[in-house]
Amino acid sequence: MAEPAQRWAIDLKHQPGFKGVAIFCLVILYAPIAVLALFSFNSSDLLTQLDGLSLRWYGQALWNGDFYDAAANTMIISISATITSTMLATAAALGTTRSKPWRGQTAAFMVINLPLMVPEIITAVATLAFFSLLASLLRIDFGIGNLILAHTVFCVPFAYMPIRARLEDMDVTLENAAADLYATPWNAFKRVTLPLLLPGISAGAALAFIVSFDDFTITQLVAGPGQTTLPLYIWSQIRRPITPELNAMCSILLAVSILFVLASYLIARKRR
Amino acid sequence: MLEIGNVEKVFGQGTGAFRALTEISLEIRTNEFFTLLGPSGCGKTTLLRMIAGFEHPTSGMIKLDGEDIAAKPPFQRPVNTVFQNYALFPHMSVAGNIAFGLEMLGRPKGEVAATVGDMLRLVRMEELKDRKTSQISGGQQQRVALARALAPRPKVLLLDEPLSALDLKLRKEMQIELKRLQHETGITFVFVTHDQEEALTMSDRIAVMSAGHILQVGTPRQIYDHPANRFVANFIGDTNFLEGRIVSRGAGGARVELASKAMIEASLPDGATTADAVTLVVRPEHAWLVPGAGQGVLDGVIDNVVYLGTDTHVHLNVDGGAAFIVRRQNRRDSVEELAPGMRASLVIPDGLAQILRD
Amino acid sequence: MAVILDPAPALQAASLRERLAVRVKRLLTLPALLVIGIFGILPLLIIVVYSFLTAAPYGGVTLPFSTDAYVSFLFQQDIFDGTLTFVPDYLLIFLRSFIYAVATTFICLLLGFPTAYFMATRPPSQRSLWVLLITIPFWSNLLVRTIAIMLIIRDQGLLNGLLIKLGLLHRPIVMLYTDFAVVLGLLYSFLPFMVLPLFSSLEKLDFRLVEAGYDLYATRWQVLRRIVIPLAKPGIVAGSLLVFIPALGAYVTPLILGGGIHMMIGDLIAQQFGSSRDWPLGAAQALILMAGVIVALFFYVRNTAGKVQHG
Repeated sequence: MAEPAQRWAIDLKHQPGFKGVAIFCLVILYAPIAVLALFSFNSSDLLTQLDGLSLRWYGQALWNGDFYDAAANTMIISISATITSTMLATAAALGTTRSKPWRGQTAAFMVINLPLMVPEIITAVATLAFFSLLASLLRIDFGIGNLILAHTVFCVPFAYMPIRARLEDMDVTLENAAADLYATPWNAFKRVTLPLLLPGISAGAALAFIVSFDDFTITQLVAGPGQTTLPLYIWSQIRRPITPELNAMCSILLAVSILFVLASYLIARKRR
Repeated sequence: MLEIGNVEKVFGQGTGAFRALTEISLEIRTNEFFTLLGPSGCGKTTLLRMIAGFEHPTSGMIKLDGEDIAAKPPFQRPVNTVFQNYALFPHMSVAGNIAFGLEMLGRPKGEVAATVGDMLRLVRMEELKDRKTSQISGGQQQRVALARALAPRPKVLLLDEPLSALDLKLRKEMQIELKRLQHETGITFVFVTHDQEEALTMSDRIAVMSAGHILQVGTPRQIYDHPANRFVANFIGDTNFLEGRIVSRGAGGARVELASKAMIEASLPDGATTADAVTLVVRPEHAWLVPGAGQGVLDGVIDNVVYLGTDTHVHLNVDGGAAFIVRRQNRRDSVEELAPGMRASLVIPDGLAQILRD
Repeated sequence: MAVILDPAPALQAASLRERLAVRVKRLLTLPALLVIGIFGILPLLIIVVYSFLTAAPYGGVTLPFSTDAYVSFLFQQDIFDGTLTFVPDYLLIFLRSFIYAVATTFICLLLGFPTAYFMATRPPSQRSLWVLLITIPFWSNLLVRTIAIMLIIRDQGLLNGLLIKLGLLHRPIVMLYTDFAVVLGLLYSFLPFMVLPLFSSLEKLDFRLVEAGYDLYATRWQVLRRIVIPLAKPGIVAGSLLVFIPALGAYVTPLILGGGIHMMIGDLIAQQFGSSRDWPLGAAQALILMAGVIVALFFYVRNTAGKVQHG
């Protein structure tokens, strides 16, 4: 058989055509958003022809009062939800990791990850039903707090995962060493566990923020008047005749997401 | 003084229960370099962790200077540990690590700084004091771990196989270093290792352990020259075993008849054995070979001569089946008169063979 | 030497500390559980109850309890004589969603597997770059990405404009608001969801097994089929689930690319809570969707539970 001599020269990991498919997938994934971004710099207001580059649409978008209101709302909601969910997730991660599982721990784990299992539309209508019930029956309405609470619920599992992963990676003997050196459990946590956990908490917070910032489905169904977020605002702009201003706004949102992903990635690499 | 009284440790319950330690009783004196020696799984690390406070005894007592510490959590015991993987805090500098224990004890800043300085000098790491612990070598990390554990001046320092990750030359240096530190600080060291040579080199006293039991406690000399049982004899140094039968007993010794019908005067440590059939232990350096037959207690054929630089080991196939190793130091004027295939006689002087108690 | 047999204090103190530690852990987990329980699980229970209530005139629900919602999922009641006629509309939408989800999963698998395999066989430095490149779209705003597709394929959009300019077309082809548009949108949204778990699984593949396969005269295709794919099964199942379930319940994609013509379950449910003002029906539909999701999850658990553990 002539094959054997040739075979060792072949990279045995190579499969023909796979590289092509991989590159094709990358193109598919990036082409639309690249085009979107490209046209946001279009100096004319045509959407099918690139005339020149200008920042005029960004100017227009950023000058837009409604855009600012939406941005402000988004910031309030997302930052609040991030802080709350990260704190809850950190506590939960500390409570469910690195020890003999306590009774009901698996159930707790499932509850924490529940928002990931349920399709968003179902969560959205359920939340809507819940808050309207609260308002009509008990006259309780938290205003924008409704949205913050709704966001917090689905942000918790996203914050929880990286924190838990980081905690499990941490060397247990470090806390033993701290105790050996006269640190009470609280001191050991404050001086050893927490500083080392910080990269995980940061990554978790970053994920929670992106997920909240980008949310559309739940926000759309739950938001009341005056609670427009950036994704909702963009959605309202689709109904109108489309201008490149829309491109600019979309690109701004994309830029924020990409920024956070890169930040998470760099934080994760730094602790190597 | 550290007293350990009848400590037992059982992991798990019912049929899955594992008996890690059985009837452990020890008295470790102040300012002593005490070693727990044994193979993996013998329980030495479990015992160490129990002294540190990371395990609690299923039953038994642990007292330090008269005070019962068995019920206390680790951060309330004046005992510090040098961990096998060093467990240095990666987010603190060398100086930060060393200062940690003192800070936890609430010592004033001036005192902390002064002590850290002293410790750095003690382990010769002054220049690296601001380095992150991930940026120093293994040997340096080890010294930092030591300094960190010594800084709070504990009553007892526990060392869990601290030299196992170091290469041979560094190990030997650190052995001397540790001995020096123990003398200078006057702190009781409890050292865990599976390396019998290390134990013999460094210890004031050794406890040999196996399968959760303590087999023998004594000075290195006592353990080497008078092993209490077969396991200890085998574990410490090279050993030869000979079968024989007691013919007559005397004070501190007995006359034993070997398989070859030759008689040998063997020593018998305290605790006389009542049986007549005994096993003798002979250290390789306590015997020598003479070419030819009939000139010693046993005859045999030389199987192998191994040159080891400082010594030569001669492997003898004794007539009747057993193997015997003889060791002699190489001197400049040594002549190779022994070669494989030759017949030789084994000479064992009086009193150097020892009767084993089991 | 004092030998005192005194097991009680040490053991007691230690086990007391252990129990305290467990209590602290439970306490730490409690806030998260409370928040998710009250604002996540309770709403779902409310939906279950709502599905058995009657629609109120301006949205919301009122008593009495009834199973009307479930009935109206399949049947319509004639107002006058009360006869039930089978109305397949909703069922069709569910079926369509199922087909879309299956198609999307299949295409994602076809494209995603080679991609993940390629990524997993890159040298480590390149590998993390590829992961980053796939991760960025994964976390980017879904709405924006769907809008990007819409802008490209709509009649006055980029694709048509380009093709017309190049003289390949005289009139724009209708791409928006078609089956094609929705599936394209779903594919675009969920491709990273397939690639990443597959990659994770393939990265752990022991390539010595591949080497053994070649050594035994297997062709590339056989090695793939008989060695690589079976070993990557956990990743395939995970990725498929991660695509199928969200695709089944997709909302944004059909909303923007389906135009109300090619509805999926997602925007159907939203409609009941919006313009159609039939909350019980929406709730019933949501529960039926949830049932479908649970079946899929059950299938996944069954599939992975019986797996041989690869050392």
